[in-house]
Amino acid sequence: MIRYLGKRIIFMLISLFLIVTATFFIMKAVPGGPFTSEKQVPPEIKAALEAKYKLNLPLHEQYFEYLKGVVTWELGPSFTEKSSTVNDMINRGFPVSAHLGAQALLLAIFGGITLGVIAALNHNKWQDYSAMVIAVLGLSVPSFILASFYQYIFAINLGWFPIAKWEGFEYTILPSLALAASPMAFIARLTRSNMIEVMGQDYIKTAKAKGLHTFTITVKHAIRNALLPVVTYLGPLIAGILTGAFVIERIFGVPGLGREFVLSITNRDYTVIMGTTVFYSMILVVMILIVDIAYTLVDPRIKLSDAGKE
Amino acid sequence: MERILDVKDLHVSFHTYAGEVKAVRGVNFHVNRGEAVAIVGESGCGKSVTAQTLMKLIPMPPGEIKKGQILFNGEDIVKKSKKEMESIRGKDIGMIFQDPMTSLNPTMTIGSQITEGLIKHQNMSKAAARDRAIELLTMVGIPQPEKRVEQYPHEFSGGMRQRAMIAIALACSPKLLIADEPTTALDVTIQAQILDLMKELQKKTGTSIILITHDLGVVAEMCERVIVMYAGKVIETGTVDDIFYNPQHPYTKGLLRSVPRLDLNRDEPLTPIFGTPPDLLRPPVGCGFTARCESAMRVCQEIDPELNDVSTTQRAACWLQHPLAQNRA
Amino acid sequence: MQNLTKEHFEPISVDLRQAEAIKRPSLSFWSDVWRRLRMNKVAMISMIFIAALIVCAIVVPWLTPQDYFTTDLAGKNKKPSAEHWFGTDDLGRDVFERIWYGARISLQVGLAAAFIDLIIGVIWGGLAGFYGGRVDEMMMRFADILFAIPYLLVVILLMVVLEPGVGTIILALTITGWIGMARIVRGQILQLKNQEFVLAARSLGADANRLIFKHLIPNALGPIIVTLSLTVPSAIFAESFLSFIGLGVSAPIASWGTMSNEGLPAMKYYPWRLTFPAIFISMTILAFNLFGDGLRDAVDPRLRK
Repeated sequence: MIRYLGKRIIFMLISLFLIVTATFFIMKAVPGGPFTSEKQVPPEIKAALEAKYKLNLPLHEQYFEYLKGVVTWELGPSFTEKSSTVNDMINRGFPVSAHLGAQALLLAIFGGITLGVIAALNHNKWQDYSAMVIAVLGLSVPSFILASFYQYIFAINLGWFPIAKWEGFEYTILPSLALAASPMAFIARLTRSNMIEVMGQDYIKTAKAKGLHTFTITVKHAIRNALLPVVTYLGPLIAGILTGAFVIERIFGVPGLGREFVLSITNRDYTVIMGTTVFYSMILVVMILIVDIAYTLVDPRIKLSDAGKE
Repeated sequence: MERILDVKDLHVSFHTYAGEVKAVRGVNFHVNRGEAVAIVGESGCGKSVTAQTLMKLIPMPPGEIKKGQILFNGEDIVKKSKKEMESIRGKDIGMIFQDPMTSLNPTMTIGSQITEGLIKHQNMSKAAARDRAIELLTMVGIPQPEKRVEQYPHEFSGGMRQRAMIAIALACSPKLLIADEPTTALDVTIQAQILDLMKELQKKTGTSIILITHDLGVVAEMCERVIVMYAGKVIETGTVDDIFYNPQHPYTKGLLRSVPRLDLNRDEPLTPIFGTPPDLLRPPVGCGFTARCESAMRVCQEIDPELNDVSTTQRAACWLQHPLAQNRA
Repeated sequence: MQNLTKEHFEPISVDLRQAEAIKRPSLSFWSDVWRRLRMNKVAMISMIFIAALIVCAIVVPWLTPQDYFTTDLAGKNKKPSAEHWFGTDDLGRDVFERIWYGARISLQVGLAAAFIDLIIGVIWGGLAGFYGGRVDEMMMRFADILFAIPYLLVVILLMVVLEPGVGTIILALTITGWIGMARIVRGQILQLKNQEFVLAARSLGADANRLIFKHLIPNALGPIIVTLSLTVPSAIFAESFLSFIGLGVSAPIASWGTMSNEGLPAMKYYPWRLTFPAIFISMTILAFNLFGDGLRDAVDPRLRK
């Protein structure tokens, strides 16, 4: 277990290193410097600016400086917001994004599993059909359209919720719902089809032959086996929620890291793009590791050691 | 003798996209207390469906019990509610399935799969149930039961898993044990071990056994009486000796000719039964075996024969038993 | 029963060979799939919708007098009318016309991305799952590294460096998009390859190619089709998402996402500018999803009744 974890963490660090490197060189390959919009800048000021952002150094030195910055978690100053550093932006934006993301994720997981289980247990009945209609709509209507319509109907027309900003619980509801819709639909469908498959397995028959109550069979025997594949989807799902937040935060004016990131792209704020990319990648790599570990914990057939392989 | 199970005129159908498949078409048989009865027949003859119907384990829908009674201890199982069934399954009737590789839940320890039933039916505490599970594993011949009880099915071999299945089925000392092809998926050496184990446990616990199988060798070793099924019907019943030494139905004879026998003429070649059973989507009007029967007569195509006494212990459903056909047999 | 005569007990000849005849007509796998698919009304309606969409996307811009780029500032933000069926946008461009040009982009992106994902994913996942061990470890680790970067980041990074356009979007979507397919295929193969029928084929001397393409992939087809059926709509979605945040195709070409983005601030006063592209995006993705579902139900023999 510890050996396995150590190995995974080493691989994680290698992935992160490659991501940082790739991001750095792709950003440096961009035609035109960061100050192309400010062409009138006198040469001495330009030189001072370049020194501040270390653009005067040779490329490999810039790269090592950047690596050093990542390791010490000093992601450098922002190009456009002169007074803040990338660290400031992450510290400012991430808690908000994490709050929104966690709320959406919980909603998606619990809502999706509930919907999927209800549908599977009432296979081919109206509950199944309505749950699947909801799910297929959730998957088909893009989050930004859903968000726009939520905002139009529930905030602008009905006035039940605030239109935008992030100042209390009621502000979080519409963005969370919009962000959770498609992952929830996805989990619901996956849970349903797995449940239906598991319910047809021989061991469910064994459980029935023991005289267990339908509820016990569903909870103890079916759901656990049906949810195993769902766990593997959590990694991509978290990624989906992180990126989904880019537009949702923009539509609802949520001051999160996602909106910050989209802004930095529009402004070509290289240090912020690089810093947030690295940060997002880090979160995802860690999340994938956690998901993998979680999977081995819930499925006894898979062992955490390499020795278990045939 | 006291009948623990009495099945009367049981009809079971499955509703499929192609139409109604009449899998079981009027089955009658009984099981006495402490007796081991075999139900034999080819794949698709309705023997597994019959077995699962006894515990109402067929999925409904698409399955449906169209008609008939299943009297267990004098009470009709067909009329039992879902809740009443739950207290019969596992407690009064235990069941062993064909494939031990898929019949155990892969994500639960063997121990908890055994204790589940105990906790439910006998109100045992977790600790007591665990002790009982270890006892059961010892009983079915699994070494190191204290360690095994914590393991998962994938850590068990096929034979071990079937032993564990038997432990699960026998956990609450049921009055009737239904074994649906318990040895089909196992190695021959393991098959013998499992059969020996079942025989020994039957002697010890006095439970009645219904053994579903297509393997006549298994029948001879385990059972006192045999029920031969074909195309959803019982076509012959009798003691093991009746069936093996004095078979009446051409199908039974065919079955016996297709397995090697050491007790009869060993030079006689093995002959298969040609053809396949009829499609139960459109069951034939007459006897289901007509199309494959060497002694078929015109009446066989038109009227389905009923079970008639051959002796006090043996019954057969074949027109060859009819007085008018006696000269032909 | 009582009226049995001697004639009833005349022997009849039984042609034993005839008894061997197969009783039910057997259908080939794919004709059976097609039969079941045809019975699924929702899937058939979706299929017709998709077909109609493809035909219209090709034909409509070519038949109609308007084009997607001519601006008419005097006729801006007009309501839907006989002249402009879906109204006009803030530059007076015909929304109906722009919708069909948008359909071309969406369909191109969706179908191309799905096809590329399928090819790379099946090969990659198939090989990793089949060979297992170190090869698997290396291949999946590589996939993990790519996977660790959210696709949108990749797209953004590539968009900044490359020329924006449909090709770039497809490239960006597929550069990490195939990983999902590869993982599914690998998981299936790992599960299937230890099953008896594969061992049986192996013991009969089937080579790796035969095992992968004849035994493993066909048995993994259900999940592959489910994933594929989700790839087309998700690529269409991704394109509109990108365009929505201003990273998609550049003006004057319009994709549905760009149009939604431009329509969003005007939602309160000129709702048709958001509503039409929104309906088209949603309906298209919905149709592909429903068709994919139907196909999955038709293909998966385990769901046969």
